[in-house]
Amino acid sequence: MLTVRIIPCLDIRDGEVVKGVQFQHLRSAGDPAELAAEYERQGADELAMLDVSATPEGRKTAVQTVKAVRRVLAVPMLVGGGVRAADDAAALLDAGADKVSANTAAVEHPKMIDEIAERFGSQCTVLAIDAAECEGGFEVVTRSGTHRTGQDAVAWAREAANRGAGEILLTSWDRDGTRRGYHLELIGQTARCVCVPIIASGGAQNARHLAEAVRAGATGLLAASIFHDAELTVGDLKRDLGSLGVEVRS
Amino acid sequence: MSESATVVVRTGTANLASVLAALGRLGVTARASNAPADVQAAGRVVLPGVGAYGSAMDRLAADDLIDPLRQRIRTGMPTLGICLGMQLLFNGSDESPDRPGLGVVPGKLQRFERGVRVPQMGWNRIVAEDCDILQSGYVYFANSYRAVGAPDGWSAAMADHGGTFLAAIERGPVVACQFHPELSGSFGLALIRRWLSIGGAPC
Repeated sequence: MLTVRIIPCLDIRDGEVVKGVQFQHLRSAGDPAELAAEYERQGADELAMLDVSATPEGRKTAVQTVKAVRRVLAVPMLVGGGVRAADDAAALLDAGADKVSANTAAVEHPKMIDEIAERFGSQCTVLAIDAAECEGGFEVVTRSGTHRTGQDAVAWAREAANRGAGEILLTSWDRDGTRRGYHLELIGQTARCVCVPIIASGGAQNARHLAEAVRAGATGLLAASIFHDAELTVGDLKRDLGSLGVEVRS
Repeated sequence: MSESATVVVRTGTANLASVLAALGRLGVTARASNAPADVQAAGRVVLPGVGAYGSAMDRLAADDLIDPLRQRIRTGMPTLGICLGMQLLFNGSDESPDRPGLGVVPGKLQRFERGVRVPQMGWNRIVAEDCDILQSGYVYFANSYRAVGAPDGWSAAMADHGGTFLAAIERGPVVACQFHPELSGSFGLALIRRWLSIGGAPC
């Protein structure tokens, strides 16, 4: 049986990790490759890297970062941020990413999902959705949350899967950074409407939150700040999840 | 092309970086190539692959790689097929019904049954029986199609995603994995190391 994936997320700006984790034995909390290797040692099932660089120069650095991480990482790597066309995806995949995620650009040009899926396959094509509560459901927000589109988030997930996205990275804009737990209603509604895997994101603080998201329908669990305190390792979290009855890779 | 060389077949859209990185960590400097002479003579060949079945077969045909690959596998030269690179060995796939595969392994691939999330994306446990290179453990999958039964003449590892499916096969130094050993952590690297260390067929 397929196990649930724990996916630590590194936010990268200009080649450095933003909010680096203070692991005692690491030289630099800001080096993406060192952190990636540490997460793999702890038992991470996959690594997500989100490039939050604001400039084109910063985004070029992202390709170098992917290369450096690939040299040390032997688990899958999902890379997002700044993917505006199929050629951006090609550059990241060539550098060593296994999957790329598109977000704002896909909302504005949905055909890019078809293009990435046709060139590289659905298993490389991830649609990232930032969703916010609205009257009657959830709406897609873009441009780092500054733009509310009025577009129904669940319908968008379904359309993206039909266009060839092989996975949905689903972030709750209401829960992100709150540590109140994943948005279970958002996960549940989306999971009932699409057949592709769903990675839950936004709000995780402990193993109970992760177990709830699995029961709501998520098969991947992305978390960032939960690891930043370095109070919980991936291994600790997996042990706790196991005792809550969730099957994890040991 | 030296008999000790390791060649990774450039199957067009396949992301080769993960495969080359995994080999690099094991101390092997592999070369990516789509030259028929390389694929025919190299001591070891890795056949990776992502994307669609039909376009991958078209690409192999355009590069004149179909016969060299068939020859390698039929004569038992060390070859490692990964994901789509495993599927291409079969007679064909429901993904591209009009495009035959290499046909060196009997059987056809079908899409996973309804009721499970597709693509299968993540770590699943495989159980290997009577295998030398394959072992039981957790490995990373990213696939929508799969074969179901173990083909005659091959040892197999099985896994479960809405029913039992074929996770990998081996026959001497020919190994084909539906999963990605290059993305399966230390377990996957150990598998590749065993494949690298097993003796090749006499040339």
